[in-house]
Amino acid sequence: MSLSPIGALRQSGSLFAMALDVIRTIPRRPFQAREFIQQAWFVASVTILPTALVSIPFGAVIALQIGSLTRQLGAQSFSGAASVLAVLREASPIVTALLIAGAGGTAICADLGARKIRDEIDAMQVLGIDPIHRLVVPRVLASMLVAVLLNGLVSVVGVAGGYFFNVVLQNGTPGAYLASFTTLAQLSDLWAAEVKALVFGAISGIVASYKGLTAKGGPKGVGDAVNQSVVITFMLLFVTNFVMTAVYFQVVPQRG
Amino acid sequence: MGVEICVEGLTKSFGHQVIWQDVSLTLPAGEVSVMLGPSGTGKSVFLKTLVGLLKPERGSITIQGRDITRLREHDLYEVRKLFGVLFQDGALFGSMNLYDNIAFPLREHTRKSESEIRRIVLEKMDMVGLIGAEEKLPGEISGGMRKRAGLARALVLDPEIILFDEPDSGLDPVRVAYLNQLIVDLNAQIDATFLIVTHDIASARQVPDNIGLLFRRELVMFGPREELLTSDEPVVRQFLNGRMQGPIGMAEEKDAAQVEQELAALGDGDGKGARSPGSQALTPRLLPGPGIPRPPRWEAIARREAALHEKAVAGA
Repeated sequence: MSLSPIGALRQSGSLFAMALDVIRTIPRRPFQAREFIQQAWFVASVTILPTALVSIPFGAVIALQIGSLTRQLGAQSFSGAASVLAVLREASPIVTALLIAGAGGTAICADLGARKIRDEIDAMQVLGIDPIHRLVVPRVLASMLVAVLLNGLVSVVGVAGGYFFNVVLQNGTPGAYLASFTTLAQLSDLWAAEVKALVFGAISGIVASYKGLTAKGGPKGVGDAVNQSVVITFMLLFVTNFVMTAVYFQVVPQRG
Repeated sequence: MGVEICVEGLTKSFGHQVIWQDVSLTLPAGEVSVMLGPSGTGKSVFLKTLVGLLKPERGSITIQGRDITRLREHDLYEVRKLFGVLFQDGALFGSMNLYDNIAFPLREHTRKSESEIRRIVLEKMDMVGLIGAEEKLPGEISGGMRKRAGLARALVLDPEIILFDEPDSGLDPVRVAYLNQLIVDLNAQIDATFLIVTHDIASARQVPDNIGLLFRRELVMFGPREELLTSDEPVVRQFLNGRMQGPIGMAEEKDAAQVEQELAALGDGDGKGARSPGSQALTPRLLPGPGIPRPPRWEAIARREAALHEKAVAGA
């Protein structure tokens, strides 16, 4: 891959072109339901366990940090409120993004890349089938769906982990922890997090598919494509996360 | 009934590297053409350009009055339904067994019932001799079988044009002979336009109606088989005889002086100018097998071949 600015511009250009193609192709019939379900199941199966395993320590770290911070500030009664807020608003979309890109996206990219270098994609196009419609759209939609569901899973596991660590290990008061749950967080936080997860799923699906479909140069090319797809997805996800958070604070009035 | 492909002034380059330029030829409807060329002269690129997978820099490819190079993506998918392409390694879908691979185009493009699909798929599998291997995955079978399965998949939609990308690479001579016979039989049966890209000289001598030769970034010659087999053009003669003396070198083309020298030496050797014995006798054409009903075109070819052969016998 060339490092010249023109090369980078061309890459981003064709990435966005493909993203537009995907959006334009989504309404086209017949919808590839079978492929969608298979892919959703596949992405879920490679992400659920790692997500759960990552979100427990993640929730714990947040609980520990907030536990000690609230003690320093003398605001122990707010430890529950703060940790729910942190998990719900930031931790769960970010964990979801990392796993959907790191586990789901890489699998999608490797799969499509292997097909590309074996000429399968060309063969499909010659058979008159649009790979965007047949392969990419179901994968992007599947990764969006799974991201939304994973976000819910991470929220639950993260909050539960936070509770466990705060109450059991740091001797917090269960009643105070639970009672303060809704003092800062609100329902719109959950919706915002789900929307973030939806967008992250779309980005990681599109980038992974783009990199897979443009893989070239044999097996090494597939490896490079997977590597680049993870790096590009992460960069895009963190930028998008920042923008969406900034917009959220402008649009939704906060409590307290 | 086969469709004519008209290529004009086609030029393709990757970056600054010109692959070939100003290629003009007409693949006549229903006939078998072979595109020859040393390795790395962009034969496969030519094939991919014909089906619109690659966009040429200049020139046009006209099929049924439509220019492939200027079609919108959506129309391109329509035109591609006329094509059947056999890729180098078959390009089968690795996740599906052979039956599903061959049934795939039917399931995607037609509303046929499963029983009808089954009938068509088994018919095509029988044609290429793959009955009994339906449940095998592409990873579990030999290269020759993958090629034949790829051919069966290319055939299910009854294409008007069939393109073969090196059908003989990686196969043993016996399998190549069978495959050539299969190609000729197919042409007699379905009447489609065939283009075979290869560097196997034996097949090129036996199978086609027309031969083209790509070398040094251009189409050296394209014309009827007899014309090329008896041509005095140095590149054509060197390639069709598979010898070292001539303009084609190991890495690139050689310089002109060396070529002259080599050809002169060759001329001294056999005393008949630059002609070696054997290469002049026209290889008999491969005809459709005995069980295959011959359409008028093939009847005419068979008569011409018989007449030629008689003349050769009488002359000897």
